[in-house]
Amino acid sequence: MLTCKEVTHLLSEGQDRKLTVAERVRLEMHLLMCTGCSNFRKQMDFLRKACRRYIHSLPSGKQD
Amino acid sequence: MLHETMAALPACPSLPAMTAAFDAETLSSIRRDLLRFARLQLRDDALAEDVVQEAIAGALAGGREFAGRSALKTWVFAILRNKIVDAIRERSRSINVSALSAEEEAMDETFDSLFKPNAHWQADEAPAAWGDPEAALDQEQFWAVFESCLKHLPANTARVFMMREFLEFDTDEVCAELSISTSNCHVILHRARAGLRRCLEQNWFADGGTSC
Repeated sequence: MLTCKEVTHLLSEGQDRKLTVAERVRLEMHLLMCTGCSNFRKQMDFLRKACRRYIHSLPSGKQD
Repeated sequence: MLHETMAALPACPSLPAMTAAFDAETLSSIRRDLLRFARLQLRDDALAEDVVQEAIAGALAGGREFAGRSALKTWVFAILRNKIVDAIRERSRSINVSALSAEEEAMDETFDSLFKPNAHWQADEAPAAWGDPEAALDQEQFWAVFESCLKHLPANTARVFMMREFLEFDTDEVCAELSISTSNCHVILHRARAGLRRCLEQNWFADGGTSC
């Protein structure tokens, strides 16, 4: 069983490399039972989205 | 690439008129945005001024036609990104990106303190739901907090994170450019993300989306 700390690492790495099937299965099992880690996942997704928005808002600019 | 474009064009009589079409105000507003981005990436105001200046000069000298301000800005921004990458690459030769500073050690300690000895969340430290975080993306005040959180990341951690997320390199490329191992790259990116998550939580989401 993965610990919450391990899950935070896998969630971060999932943004940088393709996780193995075994990793994904263990991750999903943990997330089903753990609200804290589920929130952490949503927050990692949000962070990625915010970075994308930040960078893509630059070339077009607010005034356009 | 710029030079190829220029060479491919016949003598271009409309160039002065085209350049003039972008008035001083447009250029200075583009310059301001690019400068903010370059400063955040490089953490060196003088260097940021230089790369932005070069990027704008490069874009205008290219003899390329721009269908308006937005197209010009996109093009200058693309040039700027390349110049920032060059500057980071240059600097990574003289610094050890994988060396841990006291700031980075402190971040790791803070992160560890969120967990019980068995590596599960402390009851009062488990990440709480952020409600509707997407709504924050439309709020100017949120972006001020976001930038301030980025500025608080330790320099090396920030450099790796920005290359990955803002200059949009693959993780393998980031590791190669900065001469760090893949596993260290993952550790650094995790540190950055966990730190930013906590910073946003404390300074924005904790108060239900009001400013800090």
